[in-house]
Amino acid sequence: MAKTVDQYFDDLRGTRVWRSVFRSGTGSSTLKRALAIQQNVFLHLFSTKVRNRMLSFSATWYLGTLTLGTFLILVATGIPLMFYYHPSVPQAYADTKDLQFVVSSGLFLRNLHRWSAHAMVFLVFAHMFKVFYRGAYRPPREFNWVIGVVLLLITLLLSYTGYLLPWDQLAYWAITVGSNIASAVPVMGEKIHFLLLGGNAVNANALLRFYVLHCMILPLTALFFVAIHFWRIRKDGGLYSHSSEPAVVRAEAAARNEKGAQ
Amino acid sequence: MAEETNKNDDVSRRQFFMKLGLGSLSIAAAGTAAFAYQYLEPNVLYEPSPVVNAGRPDRYPLGSVTIDVNSGIYIIHSDEGYFSLSAVCTHLGCMTAWKPELNMIACPCHGSKFQQTGKKIEGPAPKPLPWKRIWLNDDGDLLVDRSTDVPALARDSFVRV
Repeated sequence: MAKTVDQYFDDLRGTRVWRSVFRSGTGSSTLKRALAIQQNVFLHLFSTKVRNRMLSFSATWYLGTLTLGTFLILVATGIPLMFYYHPSVPQAYADTKDLQFVVSSGLFLRNLHRWSAHAMVFLVFAHMFKVFYRGAYRPPREFNWVIGVVLLLITLLLSYTGYLLPWDQLAYWAITVGSNIASAVPVMGEKIHFLLLGGNAVNANALLRFYVLHCMILPLTALFFVAIHFWRIRKDGGLYSHSSEPAVVRAEAAARNEKGAQ
Repeated sequence: MAEETNKNDDVSRRQFFMKLGLGSLSIAAAGTAAFAYQYLEPNVLYEPSPVVNAGRPDRYPLGSVTIDVNSGIYIIHSDEGYFSLSAVCTHLGCMTAWKPELNMIACPCHGSKFQQTGKKIEGPAPKPLPWKRIWLNDDGDLLVDRSTDVPALARDSFVRV
């Protein structure tokens, strides 16, 4: 009798190589399935069990997950863009043009990066509105809201620093205006302006600084806070769900008791 | 000396070294922060010189307002003489433009308006356009120092040829 695909997969999971990578082993018992999550470096952040309704569309709209999705798209498209882009005054604009018109799939990658960036800013705000109107920022999740505000700021800074990189007129004046807003900070405004641009005007130093911020410092910082954000979701009692609000649970229990008494 | 040491000697020595260690680590951290700050602040800037050569005065007819977009200054030939204004808007640093039909300087970014003398007509700009030091060099060219502000409409702020 021919084997089914599942049986082939089970055989694969029984091999020594597979067992050396995934310690939890074969079998679909509750224990094995829990171990599969708990013993995986990426998945161990998550609780080993989650209620179905926590993953239902109505509980979250998946807005946070979609935001992470756009972030991953931005990383995946941003890295190939770095292969053709030189953060220097004579070349930055020409390289952007080349990506649009000369490099194979360059237009696709650049547009995907650009539109995902727009989508990410939109989704971050949508996610925050959802969390706010659902009341999901309340204890015990209040610290995760704070982490979320940090992530909002990082998202906006990523948008802002990426805006300069095409080195066109729009970018130049947007960064001129934006960096002058920074110099309105009391007392140390001029210092911040100088440090941010690496000079007094938007110039070669500013382009390089924004490039490093955009490609290294801000994404790594974002990743760090995203990890904390996700870890906290689990530690703070899972995704917010209206049906698990104490008042709702009490009301449901009372309704059940009333029914039982009749 | 030895007989004066108390029983807590071991602990206090440990505490002493703990404090010494933490103290030197704090000093090292503060030093690193100071060095990092200094490192991020460039000492040499490869920016254009603040002094701009605006050429011969006769390039600018009487009553004209001429912008040099590259250096961000106006050369204005008024009845009182030549003077120079910064063309950089005092709001958020956009380049303003001279509008001859309106007889005013206007900013395209947020709509600030200035008179020909730099005086503010309308915000959001918080300050008037600053006057810049202008003088004639030995070759008879107009030079403008963009890093030096001079008082508006003052006698010395004009160049008479």
